[in-house]
Amino acid sequence: MMNIMWVSMILIGIFVALMKGQLDIVNQVVINHTQEAVVFAIGLIGIMSVWLGLMKIAERSGLIDSIGRLMGPMVRLLFPEVPPNHPAISAMVMNLAANMFGAGNSATALGLKAMEELQQLNTKKERATNAMCMFLVINMSSVQLVPLTVLKIRSDAGSANPAEIIGTTLIATTVSTIVGILACKILERNR
Amino acid sequence: MVKLLSVLSISMIPVMISIILLHGSLHKIELYDAFVEGAGEGFKTAIRIMPYLVAVFLAVGIFRESGAMDLFTQLLAPVTNFMGIPEEVLPLVLMRPISGSGALGVVQDLVGTYGPDSFIGRVASTMMGSAETIFYTMGIYFGAIAVKNTRHTLAAALVSHLAAVVASVVVCTLIFR
Repeated sequence: MMNIMWVSMILIGIFVALMKGQLDIVNQVVINHTQEAVVFAIGLIGIMSVWLGLMKIAERSGLIDSIGRLMGPMVRLLFPEVPPNHPAISAMVMNLAANMFGAGNSATALGLKAMEELQQLNTKKERATNAMCMFLVINMSSVQLVPLTVLKIRSDAGSANPAEIIGTTLIATTVSTIVGILACKILERNR
Repeated sequence: MVKLLSVLSISMIPVMISIILLHGSLHKIELYDAFVEGAGEGFKTAIRIMPYLVAVFLAVGIFRESGAMDLFTQLLAPVTNFMGIPEEVLPLVLMRPISGSGALGVVQDLVGTYGPDSFIGRVASTMMGSAETIFYTMGIYFGAIAVKNTRHTLAAALVSHLAAVVASVVVCTLIFR
């Protein structure tokens, strides 16, 4: 699926640029956007190291086990094949927390850690497990409690009440998370 | 409420760090050594996801900058009109799963054109806050662990995205109209 999407986006894009006689746009993207990607990856090294370091401490102190036990019932429901106390659980919980509070890069670091832990439970390494799909869908549908950038755009544009969309956002995001979880549970049955 | 949430947002990371460190010192862990040992892995992970980032940025960049994205939006307008989604927010519906910064640009544009307190402005703001970038997240997270068969993740994520879109329109209609 990623394959098809990736190839079609590039080829369709090049074709459209060709039709518009603006092929140089493609050249610009090849140079600039790829550089942005590398700068972003390198920028991630620092925050990644911080969280992996902290996670190591939490692992040794037993904090990770405690979080696992605390989240037990919910985890059993959403991720039945992840054993209780597995380090994947606290990485997932911390990723979702960081996500909700708008710490984007920290969330990415913790999310990658969670995926690595889930991969250790995976018997077919090239195939996603149910837990991975569920984690990513929850991750992609649950968002920042205070969408700061949106608030900024609204207040810059002279809104009478920039924050009035927080309530509607929370309702919409709750609906989408529940729908995503249900979709996962239904789809994971066809293997 | 907003103020409280903003304060919570700002204090989240310091609180998480403090809890981990305090818990560690209560359990007599060599904090510094453990931290450094774990942090050593950070470089590897960041470098491992770099090719996936380049791949995603490249595809999204070409698709967006070439104008293919806009073309796509025009093609889909009749479908979403039928579903009761205002045509004006359609570029956002399509852009949101593909590119976060692109979607933010669309929101800025819509809020500027129709006004932040218009129906379109409110729906766009709600939609921006209630969905995430699917293409990027899947590329990076699965890339990092070299999973090739992502199974139902994309389908479930798109269903969830559609739910966010419909919910945004419905909730804004109920509350603001």
